[in-house]
Amino acid sequence: MNAANARRFNAAGAAITAITVICAMIWAFPIYWGIVSSLKPDDEVVRSYIELWPDTLTFEHYIFALTQTQIGYWYVNSIATAIGVTVLTVGTSVFAGYAISQLRFPLRRPLWWLILASFMVPTQVLIINHFVLMANMGLLNTWAGIILPQLIHPVVIIVYKQFFDQVPHDFREAAIMDNASEWRILFKVYIPMNWGVTTALSIVTFIWAWNAFLWPFLAVTKTDMMTITVGITQTNDSFGVYYASELAAAVLAGLPVALAYLLFQRRVTEAITLSAGIKG
Amino acid sequence: MIRNPGKEALVAYLLIAPFVAVYALIFIYPTVQMFLLSFTDAGLIGGGDFVGLDNYERLPRDRRFDTAFWNTAYFVLLTVIPGTVVALGISLGVTRLSGRLQALVLALFFLPYILPVSVVYRLWDWTLNFQFGIAMHLFDFFGMDRVPIFKVTAWFMPAVAFVTVWWTCGFSVLLFLAGLRAIPREIYEAASLDNATRWTTFRKVTWPLLWPVTSLVLTIQLIVQLKIFDQVYLFSTGGRPNDNLVMVYYIFQRAFQSDQGGRAAAVAVVLFIMVIIVSVLNFQLMRLSGGRNR
Repeated sequence: MNAANARRFNAAGAAITAITVICAMIWAFPIYWGIVSSLKPDDEVVRSYIELWPDTLTFEHYIFALTQTQIGYWYVNSIATAIGVTVLTVGTSVFAGYAISQLRFPLRRPLWWLILASFMVPTQVLIINHFVLMANMGLLNTWAGIILPQLIHPVVIIVYKQFFDQVPHDFREAAIMDNASEWRILFKVYIPMNWGVTTALSIVTFIWAWNAFLWPFLAVTKTDMMTITVGITQTNDSFGVYYASELAAAVLAGLPVALAYLLFQRRVTEAITLSAGIKG
Repeated sequence: MIRNPGKEALVAYLLIAPFVAVYALIFIYPTVQMFLLSFTDAGLIGGGDFVGLDNYERLPRDRRFDTAFWNTAYFVLLTVIPGTVVALGISLGVTRLSGRLQALVLALFFLPYILPVSVVYRLWDWTLNFQFGIAMHLFDFFGMDRVPIFKVTAWFMPAVAFVTVWWTCGFSVLLFLAGLRAIPREIYEAASLDNATRWTTFRKVTWPLLWPVTSLVLTIQLIVQLKIFDQVYLFSTGGRPNDNLVMVYYIFQRAFQSDQGGRAAAVAVVLFIMVIIVSVLNFQLMRLSGGRNR
């Protein structure tokens, strides 16, 4: 490439970089705008011209959302059910993934096919029968009722199996020579060697559970049992037409997952890429 | 190495027992029940009589089913290819950057995907608000009349599709970035030695090498968007839900609002079969093109 060519290339490159950065800012603007609007007093929120920063910064809408709605309950419900879904999904999957990857037993193939098949089944079509089942078990409006139907995450097992398959066989043979039990091999060798995957899968499972809408929306009718994702959409009357208060509640609902992502950015992106079947 | 098959199987059964118990209860049993329910005239709770294929025979004449089916197809059309193109564009921009700038720009593009749907709904309901929404200034700027977007049927699906692309694009971006990273640098160096333009390089190198990822993104999007409910439901509140029905919304409406579990289950079975067909086709295509992991 000659010098003139290179200069033209770099100018174009700089332009593309600038466009990318500007697009990213426009892309995230609605989030910024929602946050800024929630920090304005009511009369400023509905002004007919655009103000990118509040004249008077106020937290009144946050105080309103925290004291005049049941957001405290919703937080507790969301935290409890999201942790429940995460622990149960990752727990059952790590065991099943290990058994399928390392042990030989008669039903191994059919089980693996069942898992791959369930990957294809849309859980949304099961809402009617999940509802009937949970109603019959008396679990509507309970944490268990919110958690149970959310435990279908075959991808977690699939990822675990892939990672366990890659652990060199020498480790296992050495452990068996030492008369270690399968439990010891799992807990002392396989799980510790894959802490990274476990962290990544746990964080995304937590985010999925926190963000779940359809099932928690159906499973709960009492306001104080709602998760926050459902709660902030179901109590329009308690907000009236106060847009800023609705936005403040929305910011509070999105904050935990946004923070989880920003703190564990690399893990989250790794797990999401893995969940699609691509090794990052 | 000595194996003790009996003991090994026993340990295996203990390890898979919790998983199998959960799956039997909340996956296999409800799936079987869904099929059985679709042949009855049951309400949501409590049994009903066997009515054969009645619930299915009704569907072709059911206007709401018709709306739901075609709206779902329309929604798929509005999201799958546009969403993939936008994601590809974003990832081509992001992959050129490096270090902190790349992390920051990627975070800005990816953040929406992390948010709960109800937060996305609040943000866009506010941004596109008829009276006070900041986006309405764009309408004014172009001299267009303001529109109450989510209350007008013609605007509804495109607007929800737009919000959906904004919300879910980050996922596809990650897959594209992983795909771009897997293309060896030497190929680009060779291309630049040949004085290839950016466009030629993209067309002759990036696009063909990225195709496995592109087809993966397209099929994942297709399957996800067939199952759309949350956004359509939320943006329909206070609007015209019957015009905006999609498949899952119709299942919800029949089962939970009209108390017709049997008829709802028939719709669920149709959607179930649609998704399975797409998934199987996808799986076969993947196999033909050499598998997901290349």
